[in-house]
Amino acid sequence: MFLLLPFDSLIVNLLGISLTVLFTLLLVFIIVPAIFGVSFGIRKLYMKTLLKIFAWATLRMERGAKEKNHQLYKPYTNGIIAKDPTSLEEEIKEIRRSGSSKALDNTPEFELSDIFYFCRKGMETIMDDEVTKRFSAEELESWNLLSRTNYNFQYISLRLTVLWGLGVLIRYCFLLPLRIALAFTGISLLVVGTTVVGYLPNGRFKEFLSKHVHLMCYRICVRALTAIITYHDRENRPRNGGICVANHTSPIDVIILASDGYYAMVGQVHGGLMGVIQRAMVKACPHVWFERSEVKDRHLVFLLLISEVKDQKKSHFTLFCVLGTCINNTSVMMFKKGSFEIGATVYPVAIKYDPQFGDAFWNSSKYGMVTYLLRMMTSWAIVCSVWYLPPMTRETDEDAVQFANRVKSAIARQGGLVDLLWDGGLKREKVKDTFKEEQQKLYSKMIVGNHEDRSRS
Amino acid sequence: HGSPHSTLLEGSFDASSLLLRLYHRFRALDRNKKGYLSRVDLQQIGALAVNPLGERLAGGGGAGWEELLGEVDFPGFVRVLAHFRPVDDDDSGMRDPKQPEPLNSRMNKLRFVFQLYDLDRDGKISRHEMLQVLRLMVGVQVTEEQLESITDRTVQEADEDGDGAVSFLEFTKSLEKMDIEQKMSIRILK
Repeated sequence: MFLLLPFDSLIVNLLGISLTVLFTLLLVFIIVPAIFGVSFGIRKLYMKTLLKIFAWATLRMERGAKEKNHQLYKPYTNGIIAKDPTSLEEEIKEIRRSGSSKALDNTPEFELSDIFYFCRKGMETIMDDEVTKRFSAEELESWNLLSRTNYNFQYISLRLTVLWGLGVLIRYCFLLPLRIALAFTGISLLVVGTTVVGYLPNGRFKEFLSKHVHLMCYRICVRALTAIITYHDRENRPRNGGICVANHTSPIDVIILASDGYYAMVGQVHGGLMGVIQRAMVKACPHVWFERSEVKDRHLVFLLLISEVKDQKKSHFTLFCVLGTCINNTSVMMFKKGSFEIGATVYPVAIKYDPQFGDAFWNSSKYGMVTYLLRMMTSWAIVCSVWYLPPMTRETDEDAVQFANRVKSAIARQGGLVDLLWDGGLKREKVKDTFKEEQQKLYSKMIVGNHEDRSRS
Repeated sequence: HGSPHSTLLEGSFDASSLLLRLYHRFRALDRNKKGYLSRVDLQQIGALAVNPLGERLAGGGGAGWEELLGEVDFPGFVRVLAHFRPVDDDDSGMRDPKQPEPLNSRMNKLRFVFQLYDLDRDGKISRHEMLQVLRLMVGVQVTEEQLESITDRTVQEADEDGDGAVSFLEFTKSLEKMDIEQKMSIRILK
């Protein structure tokens, strides 16, 4: 008993010291840079180390499986089908050549066998395609030590199991508390800061403070998630007096974008903690939070806001609207349409997540918000790229829907999304039809030729 | 973990890992976790929607989808995809004649394509059905007259018994020189 007492106080002392050290470290390396928008590059280093470890682990796993002569289940991110990169024309010619003995001249004609091409291509997409792969968050090439989708458990060696266990330990016992502390700091600073700024009289100073409070807190939140973001084309960053439109695949998008620019947001009113944050934020900056039931009123406010946005002299922020499947109801449709009808400059932004490090996709039918956040905070990191695309304005002969589709295809092209799943209701027909038409045009040339050919033959 | 399923895919590549992969694909396509795929699930595939024959393939144009009344369970899914398995040279020699023909045989591949044309399943591709498929493949790029003349010519060339339609036998005959096995097969990466 005697021996335990001094030992106890020793433990308490050690605990106290380590906590203080932790907090000082926190302050110096994370929060201070966040306030000033500077980065020490720690996260990039972290990412490189992680990649090296993942690569080693995958190699080990493959070797182990080969030794035991087992088949390794390897999810392919590049697909399972051997694709030949030939064009429609070449393939159909190939098909015709293999079928007929007569010499192939270039006269346009139709063969019964042409259908094979479209048939096979179609079946290939049923077997495997880009977009659905992305949404089934289970396709990862290196075993990323998250083991959420690890089917090869029986093939790992002792060393690997230890590493995996270490990984779990680090993530849950070190990173998680750290991140929660950061998130807590960030959110409380946001709430307190914006409330305080809200008491100031309207004017330049208030705007200035509001901007910096928002930016600072979002940066802290970004670090709380260990989000490693690469920004491309920053010269196209949304400027004051415009509307920013982004593809929306996870709730984290907002944090990622808002840490790099000062936005007034449009979104649904939430209850609980989110509601508190929203109410605080709206004191310092004119965000638009709408209730589903109050849609009509809010719509008017929104229109007013947008007209303010167009008046360049008055506005010091960009309006931020998300297009996405996260919220999917008619009131949001109205806002989305509104943003395209209004005639302001639209700044498209494409966000793309790297699934190797932690999957940011929120399957809302499977997980609730809290579970989702916990999953985010216990993954290694969130790595994503943000592309700022050049601004677009509605042309005189375009209607709102065509303009919206144009913006969407620009974002889809950059984000590598073949399509339209993140649509949410604006008619997809137009975008889809242009792709289909291209193929039909190419094929028609093969069976009827161009007008010039026909006159010659 | 059916052995009946693996026999459908036996041969040149590893059946079990491919089956597993297809199972995940099935699960991913089945958005509402119903346990089967409906026409809507297939229509949601973006890359299929931009294929001129996409609607047909998704809506039961090929052999198999329709039999199951618009709902495709996993065995059905595999059965249809098995049509596109590359043909192994060993298969043809050693096949037991009493066994049913493998799904990826030349005949079955041809039948699959035939059914893409023959919507009403009467065993014949009528002039009208041919016109419909052609229209799908060219969209608005070709005039009605041009399309009709192409259809007439094609039906005439293939039609042997003069009934104005192309039966399955006539269809196979006109394609007898075609290397169907290669053109209607999907090669899997190992």
